[in-house]
Amino acid sequence: MADWQSEQRARGERLAAGSKFAAGKIVAPNDATALLEAVIRPKDRICLEGDNQKQADFLAACLAKADPKVLHDLHVVQSGIVLPEHIDLFEKGIAKKLDFSFSGPQSHAVPRVLKSGKVELGAIHTYIELFARYFVDLTPHVALSVARSADRQGNLYMGPNTEDSPSVIEATAFKAGIVVAQVNEIVDKLPRVDIPGDRVDFVVAAPKPFYVEPLFTRDPASITEIQILAAMMAIKGIYAEYGIKRLNHGIGFNTAAIELLLPTYAEKLGLKGKIATHWALNPHPTLIPAIESGWVKQIHSFGSEVGMDAYMRARSDIYFTGRDGSMSSNRMYCQLAGLYATDLFIGSTLQIDLNGNSSTVTTDRIAGFGGAPNMGSDAHGRRHPSEPWLKAGREAVDGHPQLMRGRKLVVQLVETFSEKMVPVFVEKLDSLELAEKFKLDLAPVMIYGDDVTHIVSEEGIANLLLCRTAEEREQAIRGIAGFTDVGRRRDRKMVERLRERKIIRRPEDLGINPLDAHRSMLAARSIKELMHWSGNLYDPPNKFRNW
Amino acid sequence: MQTLRFRHTAKRRLSGKKDEAIIGVVASGNLEVLLERVLPEAACEVDIATPLSGYDETWKAVVAEFVERSSPGGLRISINDGGARPDTVYLRLMQGSALMEAE
Repeated sequence: MADWQSEQRARGERLAAGSKFAAGKIVAPNDATALLEAVIRPKDRICLEGDNQKQADFLAACLAKADPKVLHDLHVVQSGIVLPEHIDLFEKGIAKKLDFSFSGPQSHAVPRVLKSGKVELGAIHTYIELFARYFVDLTPHVALSVARSADRQGNLYMGPNTEDSPSVIEATAFKAGIVVAQVNEIVDKLPRVDIPGDRVDFVVAAPKPFYVEPLFTRDPASITEIQILAAMMAIKGIYAEYGIKRLNHGIGFNTAAIELLLPTYAEKLGLKGKIATHWALNPHPTLIPAIESGWVKQIHSFGSEVGMDAYMRARSDIYFTGRDGSMSSNRMYCQLAGLYATDLFIGSTLQIDLNGNSSTVTTDRIAGFGGAPNMGSDAHGRRHPSEPWLKAGREAVDGHPQLMRGRKLVVQLVETFSEKMVPVFVEKLDSLELAEKFKLDLAPVMIYGDDVTHIVSEEGIANLLLCRTAEEREQAIRGIAGFTDVGRRRDRKMVERLRERKIIRRPEDLGINPLDAHRSMLAARSIKELMHWSGNLYDPPNKFRNW
Repeated sequence: MQTLRFRHTAKRRLSGKKDEAIIGVVASGNLEVLLERVLPEAACEVDIATPLSGYDETWKAVVAEFVERSSPGGLRISINDGGARPDTVYLRLMQGSALMEAE
């Protein structure tokens, strides 16, 4: 007789083993390691959230304390390798295999453990790619989640940092897995229910509130005039030119400059209401002046940002909020929004080669992908037209084809040199060397050249849609690469011809006065001014309070 | 401290009537540029004082590009560098010539 219920039976056994440490669903913090040793089995796939921002830090520490004789060879399938404990799991032999997406703060540690042979790397994913695999071939046996509060039935309230949890928990709970959540507190009545309690098996009240990484706060005081110049070019040469209303921004200072130029420079150009109205965007504090000036209609967010809670609650016309009034995020939905419902992605990168491929990998650092390759790609499943999408599509072809698809604008906004005079434009990406060194099947590329439509540097805009040959493309890139070696090896005559065809446009071609590239053009020049713009609702994290 | 001097013949005299302009500050990663309209029609002279040595070729390229693109005939330009990146130097030169062209 075939056995069709083995997973449910195994789940029952795990639940029974775990229940020894629980009163109902509630587990005391001191018993958390014992609980994990009881419900997890060797070789299990586990997801230890591990998101872009919020961290199940208490459960991570408890799991890292487990006995490697009991728990070993775990397969970690989580989006973020962020905490030192995530690395400890591998150092101690508790975990063996890794499939992940982003490793920002641990980007130097990941290559170290790879080299030591303590990690067997599956693949580096984008967020929704990994979430998708949760439902196909990387379904977690156990998910260790994190919420602000829980009630005794196990209902969870996430607050603004819902992030990955619904995707992780749905995949785990409905495939006979075990879901454990750490919470800041256990209460009688939740402000709202983000995860129904029948998907949650155990709840632990952590001794300290969970950690959230402030990832999206850019201090306007650090924005340079070069960044302002490039931002003005992006606004005038791309946002205005294509009429970009629906968009996503990366997290760099370059895009923060654009956000702070909307109520000033873009307002002067008469663009209010015509560009940048609908966003798939984390709650960037630098967008506050544009919101307060009436530029922004709506924002959906992947996650939250430290210090923005009260501001978002008070601006529910702009943000998505729950019935309790607090903001609600969802990484899966927002990534889908960025993929299918925006017309432009703009972000920064560390290296761009002569084909327009870009990478944030250097030879000793594996930062992973996060969401950028998804935001920064043309969705071939898109079928609804919009003016910017159609215009970009027309530019990419000659004549009038009977059938034409539009193109999402994918813009790389860079300075020709990054810190310490390291050139951003290179002949060959470091990623290739890294792939060789660590024997990766695939050299990590953040955004492939064939998805990139424009590159903006302080020297100008290169419109790659209009290029017709590989040679034109190369010279368009060299032609805005400034005084880097790549830029200085340009064919000057060809670059001039590309300029005549508007494939390359310089600040002077766009009528931008270099004297406007001045910090007085920024709507806010410090974190304190952002706070003032918000009517003191924005509460900046301590590390940004320098007054 | 290293000093460099470049002499160029520009395509034409820089338009505008201003005799003198100054822009930028001497600070780390920044620079101060003084522009004076004291030379004959197409002549252009650029003097640079920089704390960093070894970037002669880059300076040469930045100045040549500036002369090519904005034709600053008649100007003597003095640069007091604080270790600025070439893109910043170029922006300051463009800002300086925009100031000299202003009515």
